[in-house]
Amino acid sequence: MDLSLIIMQLLSGIALGAVLVITALGLTIVFGMLGVVNFAHGALFMIGAYAGLYLASLTGSFWWGLLLAPILIGAFGMLIEFVLIRRLYGRSIDDPLLLTFGLSYILVEGVRIVFGSDGIPFPTPPQLIGVLDLGIGFFPRYRLFVIVLVAVVLLALWLTLEKTRVGLIVRAGARDPTIMQVLGVDIGRVWLAIFGLGVGLAALGGVLAGPMRSVNPEMGSLVLAEAFVVTVIGGLGSIVGAVVAGLMVGVSISMVALFAPEMATIVMFALMAVVLLIRPQGLFGVRGRTA
Amino acid sequence: MPKSGSTPKITRRTTLAGLSASAALPAMPRLGRAADETIRIGFPTPLTGPFAAEARDQVKCAELAVKLVNDKGGVAGRKVELLVRDDKLNAGEAATRTLELIEKDKVHAVVGALSSAVQLAVNEVTRARGVIYVSISQSDTINEAKDFSKYTFHEALNPHMTTAAVARQTLKKGMKVAHLVADYAYGHEMLRGFKRAQTVIGADSVGEILHPFGAADYSTFMPRLMSMRPDVLCISNFGRDQANAIKQAVDFGVKQQMKIVVPVILHNQRLAVGPDVFEGVVGGANYYWGLETQSKSAAAFNAAFKAANGGAIPTDYGAYGYSGVGSLLAAMQAAGGTETDKVVDALEKLQYDLTKGPQHYRKCDHQSVQSVLVLESKKKSAMVNENDLFAILANDAGTDDMLRSCSELGHAT
Repeated sequence: MDLSLIIMQLLSGIALGAVLVITALGLTIVFGMLGVVNFAHGALFMIGAYAGLYLASLTGSFWWGLLLAPILIGAFGMLIEFVLIRRLYGRSIDDPLLLTFGLSYILVEGVRIVFGSDGIPFPTPPQLIGVLDLGIGFFPRYRLFVIVLVAVVLLALWLTLEKTRVGLIVRAGARDPTIMQVLGVDIGRVWLAIFGLGVGLAALGGVLAGPMRSVNPEMGSLVLAEAFVVTVIGGLGSIVGAVVAGLMVGVSISMVALFAPEMATIVMFALMAVVLLIRPQGLFGVRGRTA
Repeated sequence: MPKSGSTPKITRRTTLAGLSASAALPAMPRLGRAADETIRIGFPTPLTGPFAAEARDQVKCAELAVKLVNDKGGVAGRKVELLVRDDKLNAGEAATRTLELIEKDKVHAVVGALSSAVQLAVNEVTRARGVIYVSISQSDTINEAKDFSKYTFHEALNPHMTTAAVARQTLKKGMKVAHLVADYAYGHEMLRGFKRAQTVIGADSVGEILHPFGAADYSTFMPRLMSMRPDVLCISNFGRDQANAIKQAVDFGVKQQMKIVVPVILHNQRLAVGPDVFEGVVGGANYYWGLETQSKSAAAFNAAFKAANGGAIPTDYGAYGYSGVGSLLAAMQAAGGTETDKVVDALEKLQYDLTKGPQHYRKCDHQSVQSVLVLESKKKSAMVNENDLFAILANDAGTDDMLRSCSELGHAT
């Protein structure tokens, strides 16, 4: 087993992890700041892929789909928050969980009715078709693009949360909403924006995944499970945790695939079990958090 | 409790009993005229889940087979009815639905199922109750002696037939072959078939990778597959796994280095990822509509399907629904009714030609001996219209020596 193969394997693990990071991030932000376990996250990922595909075919360009689908589906997420989730704040954590669970069925069934239950092709943008010669092997251009784009999105998100006034309000709102209201901040609007951001990230993940797999109504269910595993490993509500855990899971899957391919799916659950045994709150989680 | 001698009171319970008894009365004479009774065929298939597209095609074609028979006056003067049930691609669900079909709906025979595990569950139930079951799943474990019964028939192709035909078209002596295989019964059966064919041809395996069933990402297997430097990559998986695996292999530039071969090339999955991805991929099939230029049966089947479905064309798995139900009804016609032993006997003797040429059920294991197609996916510029998906590389006529021998499957010869 030579070194170049291991490096190639590492790279495909990072590309795999990048999509995991984006989807888990949306899930963990919404949980950390709103205390809502969003079971419709996978369905919204799938809706994002369909929206991206639809917008791309409408405008004739993948790039418009990539830009507009997360915004549009993010706005749809805000609508969901405003009409449905908002009524359940302050109640038991199970209520929004059940609501979003039901919502995911409605969304999947809706897509089946509109687009049919068969898979639909999502073409790779022409600029990114083919492989790049890295000297040690060939790697798909599109996957390299995904790694770069996810890194840019993460940087932008970090700068917004840490360096701007909006970010300050969001962070403060997550810690103590009551004080924020006393200080004259309309916390309802903050929550609306946060939920929209979470859903927008799910949609972005869907559009990015589209050209790598076939687009179908069930594509979100597996993603939801993966996103939950990543969130649990990283620590519920932790942004850094989601990033580290996402990459860790991607690389683990990839490395295990090299030595014991039939174990590739199990490894992420094994990783979760080990983390839960040693550090029940997750790698970057806060102990005893109930949100 | 009414005492003896007291006037009988009309209670709610006696009223109900009386009502239900009188409701049953008109049904009584029917028992005496069983010969005129409608023939009911149970049809469990995974209408929901990842094989839904294939299942829907199966139902459409099964309905067509029933309609054509009814239009001609039915079987031995009796009308035929198809009872479709959703097995949800779940063995437990399939067993429950099948039991219900037999006990409650009193079906005369069962046709259907798509996945190997579900087919086994259906077979367990039908075998125990002595009801005929015609399987249209592309896995043939039920033909092996341990699961077989005289009521069990297998209309679909099996892994051995398809892999042998595909290997003959794609492998040559001295070629290096790598395998990417779904880690469950279907994948294992296909791998076994390919390796057997390789031994005959003299091609060498350079490695095999088992992937988890239903995986969405195959990128992590690609660097290693490419480092094996094979001439041919055999991808043995089904449904969306096939679409995803081929798409990601193509993304990694696999096609520039090697040829991609699949045991069964799926019509709906080719539609799901488009012509560019599938271009040049070779695989086996039971049916392709383009066969109509070579076969009168195919032309007639296409025409009947188009007329019933607004001009749409039938797919590979659809054709199974048609020939599965069609062959059973033909046997019932020959047997003059639904008496199980007579129909089994008629099925064993039946020579049928419904979609693509002559077929018959082999006596020892009830596997349908039939032709195998080998198809190559066309490139976009070569497609005459949107239905023009594949070129037919070979159409191997069905013979008994395509199958594993009766004794190998554990049957007395």
